[in-house]
Amino acid sequence: MAAEFKKIQSTGKMKGLMGKYFTELMGEEPTGRKMAWCTSVGPAELLRAMGFDVYFPENHGAMLGASRMATDLIPLANAHGFSPDICSYLTSDIGAYLKGVSPFQKLGLGVPPKADVLVYNTNQCRDVKDWFQFYAREWDVPCIGIETPRSIGAVDETIVQAIAKKTEALIEPLEAVCGQKFDIDKLREVVGLSKECTRLWKAVLQTAATVPTPLTFFDGTVQMGPAVVLRGTQGAVDYYEMLLAELQQRITDGVAAIEGEKHRIYWEGMPIWGKLRDLSTQFMELQTAVVASTYCNSWVYEDLDPADPFVGMARAYSELFICRSDDYKEKYMLEMIEKFSIDGVVYHDAKTCPNNSNNRYDLPKRLETKTGKPFVVINGDLNDMRLYSDEQSRTNIEAFVEQLAGA
Amino acid sequence: MEYFCGIDIGASTAKLVIADEQGRIVGKAMQRSGVDYTQTAQTLLDQALGQAKIEQSQIAHTISTGYGRDNVPWADGKMTEIACHGRGAYFHFNQQITVIDIGAQDSKIIHLGDDGRRVGFKMNRKCAAGTGAFIEEIAHRLALDITELNALAEKSTKNEPLGSFCTVFAATEVLAKIRAGVDVADIVRGAFCSVVNRIVEMDRVEGLLVTTGGVVAHNPFLATLIGRAFGTEALMPPEPQYTGALGAALFATKQSQEGQ
Repeated sequence: MAAEFKKIQSTGKMKGLMGKYFTELMGEEPTGRKMAWCTSVGPAELLRAMGFDVYFPENHGAMLGASRMATDLIPLANAHGFSPDICSYLTSDIGAYLKGVSPFQKLGLGVPPKADVLVYNTNQCRDVKDWFQFYAREWDVPCIGIETPRSIGAVDETIVQAIAKKTEALIEPLEAVCGQKFDIDKLREVVGLSKECTRLWKAVLQTAATVPTPLTFFDGTVQMGPAVVLRGTQGAVDYYEMLLAELQQRITDGVAAIEGEKHRIYWEGMPIWGKLRDLSTQFMELQTAVVASTYCNSWVYEDLDPADPFVGMARAYSELFICRSDDYKEKYMLEMIEKFSIDGVVYHDAKTCPNNSNNRYDLPKRLETKTGKPFVVINGDLNDMRLYSDEQSRTNIEAFVEQLAGA
Repeated sequence: MEYFCGIDIGASTAKLVIADEQGRIVGKAMQRSGVDYTQTAQTLLDQALGQAKIEQSQIAHTISTGYGRDNVPWADGKMTEIACHGRGAYFHFNQQITVIDIGAQDSKIIHLGDDGRRVGFKMNRKCAAGTGAFIEEIAHRLALDITELNALAEKSTKNEPLGSFCTVFAATEVLAKIRAGVDVADIVRGAFCSVVNRIVEMDRVEGLLVTTGGVVAHNPFLATLIGRAFGTEALMPPEPQYTGALGAALFATKQSQEGQ
């Protein structure tokens, strides 16, 4: 009998929550608030505290990938002047803008809302800033943000203080856009909610340390929605309390996400959005659970601090895996491999996302030597499926699982 | 006596082996994979059964491998070509080996430990460089039959390097060399060296170096060049093009004995 996906019951609630958020942003009823675009690990708490509606275009990028619209849209951005070698979130999103289409239209909504201000943090990459600057030119609106250092070893006070100051410096131009005075108590409240969201999201991900796991990486890529776009709201907190309870019940009841779980995998790198279904099916049929990833943990910010919000945000958003040194990444993954009882690591080398492809500086070999856990590299991309071979990936994964089984 | 069957339906060629319980090949067959893998598999089976003078009912277990591994309805199981090439090569050498398999559409480097267990592998990136498809393209550009290449490359004493990663751009470089009057043998050797370079940059070699697959079977000088590049002798099992099919037959034997 063919294996079946085990539906997480809370998901319906999440879809309702996300639907409400998108409807507010893009529905016919004006909210009366100004619209801020924010990078996915940008200063969302500050924007929420200042009364902005906050829209995250990377979420749209992922939707373009998952709906398989991206590959047809990327060439439009390429023809406009954006190279096929740069971030395919950027090129698919700009391609969608140029064509006037969006997966939101399938939900009865329009195209993404126009920004009154675009706010970035380059902790992920430079591409997010270039992406936002395109729209700033299109709409003649301000594009402001934070330039975080990259390849950070220790997140020391020099960095934290500099980023905190840079974040505070956003207040004045943001006040000019929204016409409201900044309120530190409101920021403390939002940061408090965001921190609680983080705590719960981390707890959700850590349920996968249980053998067998109640949750896979592929579930995580769906369930992370509120942690990305609704952190700092009560709705996200309520949702993750519900999800966590369901997963804890699965553990109590011995319910495995993958029936007959035989092997446990760490997924390193970006999801391949257009192939999530194929990949999750393949792993399920191989009775192999992808239990942990750096990617889903990218929205865990334990250093957020309502008592000292700017410093807490600066520290939290500089401690991201993606802007850290390889020494740090190695240490982080060693701990994850241990904690999640990992048998092997799959690295996704995403052609257009060098900053989140961590196989390129010999890290896999170093980790294999230290842990004895083998690895395989899948060549592909987050959104551009012209860069992905179904057959190569299928064989690589199948061969890797054979190896884990001792063949 | 029971027999075991391995069938390797590759991107270009399908190979089938019937082996006895000791892994001795009693029947084998090969033909182009074509467009109907299921029919090709049946044709090969019939040929090999005739050669072995046995009935299909005497085959206790069959494993399919290769691109067409899902298209053999009478197979009892499937394994990847990575597993099968490793297993087939280890059968002949029985010690730590690195297998380099160059197929029509992909190249693989497979590491096996002293005990024959796979410890790692790499496939070429999503690109024809370093594969049989590259050599076919160059032969086409030079208006040569693919069977002529090995002797030409061996005759040449001068490598005319092709710099590009890209098969299409490399073919353009070939055109430029033709225009410049470069000796065809030297161009062929340059193409061989290009394949070698793509292999060398994929991975390291640990233990004995063993080369398998149709490309080295027809072009043994390419295996010699690979050995030189890695600073060691490139060994070849008997009938290297059948290595994957033999490995599949050996997995069939193992699975049958284990009652899978």
